[in-house]
Amino acid sequence: MTYAFDFASLLEYRDILLAGTLRTLALTAIGTFFGLALGVLGAASRAWQLAPWNRVFAVYVELIRNTPFLVQLFFIFFGLPSLGVSINEWQASILAMVINLGAYSTEIIRAGIEATPRGQIEAAESLAMTRRQIFLRVVLAPALRKVWPAICSQVVIVMLGSSVCSQIAAEELTFAANFIQSRNFRAFETYFVVTGMYFLLALAIRQLMLRAGDRLIGGRRT
Amino acid sequence: MNDISTWDVVRNLLDGVLWTLGLSLTAFVLGGLTGLALLFARIASTAWLRKLAKAYIEVFQGTPLLMQLFIIFFGSSLIGLELSPWLAAALGLTLFTSAYLGEIWRGCVESVPKGQWEASASLALSHFEQMRYVILPQALKIAIAPTVGFSVQVVKGTAVTSIIGFVELTKTGSMLANATYQPFLVFGLVALGYFALCYPLSVFSRRLERSAHGTRAH
Repeated sequence: MTYAFDFASLLEYRDILLAGTLRTLALTAIGTFFGLALGVLGAASRAWQLAPWNRVFAVYVELIRNTPFLVQLFFIFFGLPSLGVSINEWQASILAMVINLGAYSTEIIRAGIEATPRGQIEAAESLAMTRRQIFLRVVLAPALRKVWPAICSQVVIVMLGSSVCSQIAAEELTFAANFIQSRNFRAFETYFVVTGMYFLLALAIRQLMLRAGDRLIGGRRT
Repeated sequence: MNDISTWDVVRNLLDGVLWTLGLSLTAFVLGGLTGLALLFARIASTAWLRKLAKAYIEVFQGTPLLMQLFIIFFGSSLIGLELSPWLAAALGLTLFTSAYLGEIWRGCVESVPKGQWEASASLALSHFEQMRYVILPQALKIAIAPTVGFSVQVVKGTAVTSIIGFVELTKTGSMLANATYQPFLVFGLVALGYFALCYPLSVFSRRLERSAHGTRAH
């Protein structure tokens, strides 16, 4: 028995694939923005031991980093409504991605902040910079610059991980693949093509973020 | 009708934990062996072998684990193989694990100073002997902490296999949540189960990392 591959049968579903891709990108973009913001807050609290937040973030980081994303997603999507909080599949997906990336980026950015020599802060203080200026320009920007490649990798991991959001019926790229293969019965071809699309997305996001990093927080210096 | 006690829930979840543990160990051991082969290919003197290993690693690190599982699960039936969810899960996670371990270990091998290669070459050791007696023993020391650290990712990765129907901890949890209408409790317990497996590994890996840094002068 030989199987005749039919990749052309996917062409008629290109609009669905495109919509799924855009939604995966939107999820990733929103998740990245708020996830990194949360990570900066967590990293600052942890690095400077701002009680009680350093403790709160320490527990949060351990809880998230030692449980699977899929379980976090199910807990939010199925668990919160039973407490009377109504939440739809997109809100749950975004919340889970923010919480997940927030935990990893807390640890990544903290490592960058802790690598800032104490003398730099003292030098900035002697130049009469305000606390806010010192944090943004002397601590945060160089810290982000140092760990930016690690952040890019983590964002790619989160984007790839978002494929499990299809399981709570968020209609992103994997959901599109499941839908299409249930229509054309070409499971292998569909998943093969969509896997290739994820691969390209991962490459594109990495390049885009590395370039954005160069622009926003200065060159990649080692 | 709801006559499932909390004890029934816990008992079933513990069964799920065993399957998660079994799958994790299988993937870790087989993935480790494949990863070792990948490591040798990655630093081989043959160029096409190096490129092949690099492509393998990039594909598995650049695509979702869920998609890899789908392709294995549905692709195997194309060539006339009917893989059970357990076999598809074990195969998928093994490939996934091998890509990451191969890359982690390559970093460790490359962090062994170049002089060690040169010194062992000057002693007329073959490539394999150099690896076996000089490079790998030193790389091993550096590799332990990140390898233990990655094992956490393997355990967490097993959760995705629930989607292709392998009944481990997450799948057991989903079924129990549907049966008991207590998703908050059930998924809380499921998360606790993963935490109990992963947290000791995380702590152990951090401790190893610290002691590894401690032996260096600084």
